[in-house]
Amino acid sequence: MEIAASKVIFYIIAAAILFFALLSVTSKRILRAATYLFIVLISTAALYFLLNYQFLGAVQIALYAGGIVVMIIFSILLTSHAGQKFEPVSRLKFFASLLAVLVGWALSLWVILSHPFVASSKEAVEVNMDSIGKALLSYDRNGYVLVFEVISILLLAAMIGAIVISKKQPGDGETNPDNSKTSK
Amino acid sequence: MGKPIRITLKQANDMMGGLALQDFLVVSTSMFFIGIFGFLTRRNLITILMSVELILNSVNINFVAFNYFLHPEAMHGIFFAIFVIAVAAAEAAVAIAIIINIYRRFKSINIENVSEMKY
Amino acid sequence: MSFQFTILIPLIPLISFLIIGFLYSKMSNKLAGIWGSVSIFSSFLLSLFTAYRYFFEVGRVNGVYPKILGFDFEWLRFSDSLSAHLGTLIDPISVMMLVVVTTVSLMVHIYSIGYMKGDRGFNRFFAFLSLFSFSMLGLVLSTNIFEIYIFWELVGVSSYLLIGFYYEKNSAVAASKKAFIVTRFADLFFLIGILILSFYTKTFDFISLTDPSNIAVMQTGSITFMGLSVTTWALLLIFIGGAGKSAMFPLHIWLPDAMEGPSPVSALIHAATMVVAGVFLVARLFPIYALGSDQALQVIGYVGAFTSLFAAVIAMTQMDFKRVLAFSTISQIGYMMVGLGVSGYGNEAGLGYMASMFHLFTHAMFKALLFLCAGSVIHVVHTNFINEMGGLRKHMKITHITFLIATLAIAGFPGFSGFFSKDEIITAAYHNNKIIFYTELLVAGITAFYMFRLYFRVFWNQEASYEHKPHEVEKTMTIPLIILAFLSIAVGYIPFGNFISSDSMPLESHINWGVASASIIVSFTGIIIAWVLYKKPSNLPERIVSSIKVLYTWAYHKFYIDEVYLFVTKKIIFNLISRPIAWFDRHVVDGAMNGIAWTTSWVSESIKGLQSGQLQKYALAFVSSTIILSALLIYILLNV
Repeated sequence: MEIAASKVIFYIIAAAILFFALLSVTSKRILRAATYLFIVLISTAALYFLLNYQFLGAVQIALYAGGIVVMIIFSILLTSHAGQKFEPVSRLKFFASLLAVLVGWALSLWVILSHPFVASSKEAVEVNMDSIGKALLSYDRNGYVLVFEVISILLLAAMIGAIVISKKQPGDGETNPDNSKTSK
Repeated sequence: MGKPIRITLKQANDMMGGLALQDFLVVSTSMFFIGIFGFLTRRNLITILMSVELILNSVNINFVAFNYFLHPEAMHGIFFAIFVIAVAAAEAAVAIAIIINIYRRFKSINIENVSEMKY
Repeated sequence: MSFQFTILIPLIPLISFLIIGFLYSKMSNKLAGIWGSVSIFSSFLLSLFTAYRYFFEVGRVNGVYPKILGFDFEWLRFSDSLSAHLGTLIDPISVMMLVVVTTVSLMVHIYSIGYMKGDRGFNRFFAFLSLFSFSMLGLVLSTNIFEIYIFWELVGVSSYLLIGFYYEKNSAVAASKKAFIVTRFADLFFLIGILILSFYTKTFDFISLTDPSNIAVMQTGSITFMGLSVTTWALLLIFIGGAGKSAMFPLHIWLPDAMEGPSPVSALIHAATMVVAGVFLVARLFPIYALGSDQALQVIGYVGAFTSLFAAVIAMTQMDFKRVLAFSTISQIGYMMVGLGVSGYGNEAGLGYMASMFHLFTHAMFKALLFLCAGSVIHVVHTNFINEMGGLRKHMKITHITFLIATLAIAGFPGFSGFFSKDEIITAAYHNNKIIFYTELLVAGITAFYMFRLYFRVFWNQEASYEHKPHEVEKTMTIPLIILAFLSIAVGYIPFGNFISSDSMPLESHINWGVASASIIVSFTGIIIAWVLYKKPSNLPERIVSSIKVLYTWAYHKFYIDEVYLFVTKKIIFNLISRPIAWFDRHVVDGAMNGIAWTTSWVSESIKGLQSGQLQKYALAFVSSTIILSALLIYILLNV
């Protein structure tokens, strides 16, 4: 019974992911699209939980659902009216994109399904907070301290960059960006 | 390192109720192409950013699934996913800063209006 | 005995040129003039010292004057056997040329201080004079044919710069271009000649080139082309180069126009030194000419004889003071060429060679004097035309006397230098070739006639009305005149054969009184005719002219040689060759380039729409291409 249960849960999650992902990219209202994205991200977190990767699921919820989606919603509120509706995309663009995507999708699925993946028979390690934290700060064979440091610098740089880019500059009101230079 | 819990593939399969790697890959691939579709058809810059997040997310699922099914003895896939999430966060922050700047300048975030860099 | 210091002789004027040139606007005129004169004076003293040391301290070794490499420096090495050297070669003719060049150059420098006073280009003038002195001294000292070619072009450039000195005048610019192009055209043949000669002899070096044993080797192995040996061809080509510089017919057209330059320049470059470079070149290679190729020597003799007659006839009719002198120069250089052309190698047969060099020496003195006098006269009366002059003997006593001395010298009046040298050339011609002998005898008479025509017309005859009352020129100008006048008499008494002869053996020259009296009679006839026609104003000249109208017109227009050149270049070369080439260049070459540019522009114009600035179009292209490439890759890798 348990077998069937986890399978059923997987299918429910998968169906939710795909359904809301589709809605998210086709919805005419931007705030709704953001909400559908939120649901997709949460469902992804559920997939991680299903695989018994609790830490990753938590990160997914906290960072993606909590951080990025909130940031997106903020920017939507800054730049759009809540009730704004999108105009439909041009027919040519729609079908061209659809064709490309369907072909790519079919190709990828065919490759995935025709490739015989051999499941590993090795013993799994326990993935918990403790082992992840130790691996992050370890500098031996399976350590990630260098990447960890690089990522922290990247985040710092992104933070500074985001502040610099979005800071209001003198002469921003002018439509021609060159004017700000020449007027100095 | 924590004391590993010994689980064999059979046990894993049992746990997952006979689910295979391919199932996850099909989901992630579909999600990836849905993201691509959104990227290609959406006009609003923020929705494009959302499509990018979908794409990144689908990749994360791949990493995690590979880790779980093919290399359960290591944690590379998980770490990859964590770092992708970190990069995605940085990318989203910078992208939104750029979007807000564009909005200030063009009074619009419609990508079709932002074509200063053409011939 | 070391002659290393000889390198200083050309180097001092070079340094002077650089200093005046670089401090062009900083230097006062006076300083530049004195600086230039002092440096050429040092070269002059060094040249005299070289001559003294060479002829009297070193003297003859085994009966001949040795050829000494004063200074030698390997400049370029082409192969193990062929390399280009720079250096100084000391032998009798180079020492003689050193003395000639530095003497005349010194006189011209001093004269120019007065002549150019107040001219805006004063410093430029002295810089160019120094450059010319450097080039000319380098030319006469060259150790090899490659080095001489370099200096050959350098004197050409200096001449070009100085002819075009008054570059505001269109005629001066045209004259300088003409001089440069004509001589350069001739130099092309010179270069080909050098290449042929050095290809067959495997050397550039004058010493080994002119070694008699070497010439024999060259003769035996050489092939023939169009009936003439390769040696003859090479020598003829080299002679064409020399003919260009020395204004031999038909390459003489540039020299009369070169009179556009200031008179001191005409005296230095276009009378005394540069124009005899061609003679010097033939003399330098004389052993090859004499031993290697009779035909080439004969050509030289005939070209020289014809040119001397031709130029003398034109000189009779010209009205421009300096042009008469220019044609006289051409005629006299023709004499020198004749001297070389009728000469043999060694002993008595080499009389012509010695006479030619002797005439070069004396001619430099009296012709420079003539030009400097002409400069003085023009300086005073502000015109070049002799029919606007007359009666100047009362106003310009020194110029008058010195001019008379020079005229007597060039006319071959007994006792003056020109008499001795010209007489020896005529004697050599008498022994060798009767046609040339009679021609030269005739030319001697014509020379006397046109020179005295000039003299009587300018200094006697009716006094013309002058804007300003003529006066004697200042001291810096008269002193060189007096010195040169003295030299014009004195140098004739140098026992020249003792110093210079074709094989460096002493050659005792004695006047052949038969020939000499013939030439004296001819000269006197010329002088007397000039006396009768031009001493007092008369209408006799006009009557004679009208009786030979056609001949006179032809001679007056220089036998239309310039017009022939213009016809050939403008009508034939420009129309038939240059114009099609220009058309080809403009339409085919440019057209191809323009077509490429146009096509590129058209293609880019039509595909620029691809770069639409629409991010999603790029993305679509990227995604579809990736999918297609992946499909291809999978297809290839899996062999499906």
